[in-house]
Amino acid sequence: MSLKGKAYIAGAWEHPTRKATDKSVTLLHAECAKGALEDAGLSKDDVDGYFCAGDAPGMGPMSMVDYMNLKVRHLDSTDVGGSSYQVAVGHALEAIAAGRCNIALITLAGRPRSEGQATGTAPRAGNPAQAEMQFEYPYGPATANMYAMCAMRHMHEYGTTSEQLAWIKVAASHHAQYNPHAMLQNVVTVEDVVNSPMVASPLHRLDCCVISDGGGALVVTRPEIAKSLKRPLVKVIGVGESPKHQMGGDVDLVYSAARWSGPPAWEMAGIKPSDIKYASIYDSFTITVLMQLEDLGFCEKGQGGKFVADGNLISGTGKLPFNTDGGGLCSNHPANRGGITKIIEAVRQLRGEAHPKVQVPNCNLAIAHGTGGSLGTRHCGCTVILERE
Amino acid sequence: MAFVQRKVPFVGTPETNPETKPFWDGCAAGKLVISRCKDTGKYIWYPRGISPYTFGPVEWVEVSGKGKIYTFSVMERANPPYAIAYVELAEGPKMMTNIVDCDFSKLQIGQAVQVKFVPTESGPPMPMFAPA
Repeated sequence: MSLKGKAYIAGAWEHPTRKATDKSVTLLHAECAKGALEDAGLSKDDVDGYFCAGDAPGMGPMSMVDYMNLKVRHLDSTDVGGSSYQVAVGHALEAIAAGRCNIALITLAGRPRSEGQATGTAPRAGNPAQAEMQFEYPYGPATANMYAMCAMRHMHEYGTTSEQLAWIKVAASHHAQYNPHAMLQNVVTVEDVVNSPMVASPLHRLDCCVISDGGGALVVTRPEIAKSLKRPLVKVIGVGESPKHQMGGDVDLVYSAARWSGPPAWEMAGIKPSDIKYASIYDSFTITVLMQLEDLGFCEKGQGGKFVADGNLISGTGKLPFNTDGGGLCSNHPANRGGITKIIEAVRQLRGEAHPKVQVPNCNLAIAHGTGGSLGTRHCGCTVILERE
Repeated sequence: MAFVQRKVPFVGTPETNPETKPFWDGCAAGKLVISRCKDTGKYIWYPRGISPYTFGPVEWVEVSGKGKIYTFSVMERANPPYAIAYVELAEGPKMMTNIVDCDFSKLQIGQAVQVKFVPTESGPPMPMFAPA
């Protein structure tokens, strides 16, 4: 039985803050929950399924349901980093179709900026019992240099250039200028990006996403409830999830898990990449976007550099408008996890509620793809395809 | 710019994962000893006590320490900067490592490298690679 269309995104809300020195992580989660429920026209007592991931403090979802005083009958705290919220939409779809819940709430929040995290450049020691930890941590794997190694290899195999990668930031900045909440609102040029300081070769400072506080939440519900609400209908028509790792030592860094999460999502949705009007593509770094676009089938493998160049991702001028809120590269990367904001902007586009300067005309089909974890070691790709009904 | 060795951190102790003791004993003796799948003969990285190919047994084998750079990145924001890399060992698997004793501006994918053991702050020396 296909689960296509068995759930709708009825509520979507992004916290406007980018620096929350006066708020706890749990308060940010609750404010996002409130915002998404109000957006949907629902109340907290309507929620009977709760989904969160590793950014939520406490053991799985339990501290959060206690803090928010939710009475739910279904829980899920699958944590795969920044794509956990794409995964949560897929799992909520399954839970709703199975009758395990009717109104699923998904929250994300964090405050790495207030806490002074050097997210991209400081290696973080984990539990030494984590099998790979002792064989990697001594070598200084931060976030930036892991993605940089993918970029370096992609350049080697396919001739991708720093200037091509820079176009991804340029496109994001063209969109961010219209987002009053974006951290970086200035339009930048290819020269600005390639002349910004090198962080981890070949990635420059402007190849990296922002470090921001904030969060977001989604409400996913069954079709008949969605249709009883007063919001435009955004239907979940395709999902696919897949991890990618080192495969015992057969490391191949030129493709992402999108190569495997995309096909089941496209098949379920019954559409192809050329049908997509708007794309939210995870943008921790410029290289992340380029590889995912290739792996999702928007262009041939290795042709991502040519595909993104010359403004092809800019709404109104390019063929594939992407991350029209400015994305993680310019607007927001709350809790170092950009998955939920990808879905929220896709919902805005499908509802016709994006900023008029970046709204895609007649936007009826959108994709929101996430990559969580580290592209250079182990990560999870998750593809969500949405349709305006 | 002259190469400056960063301090190499370590987490836990070699006893944290007892199954990988042969690897750590090798490091202490300046030998690169990794696990190989007994069923398929394929080498494995990172070291572990069960084959990720068949769930069968592994054997511990000293390898040549020769390899070539699969990819790398110089973390220029760090002080001192360091080069993280995946090195493809002559025996097959690709391992995360650092490239040391080199001019970072001359590093290239495909470059031949040779293992060298570098002391860590609180653990055994770790295998890194220098241009061959």
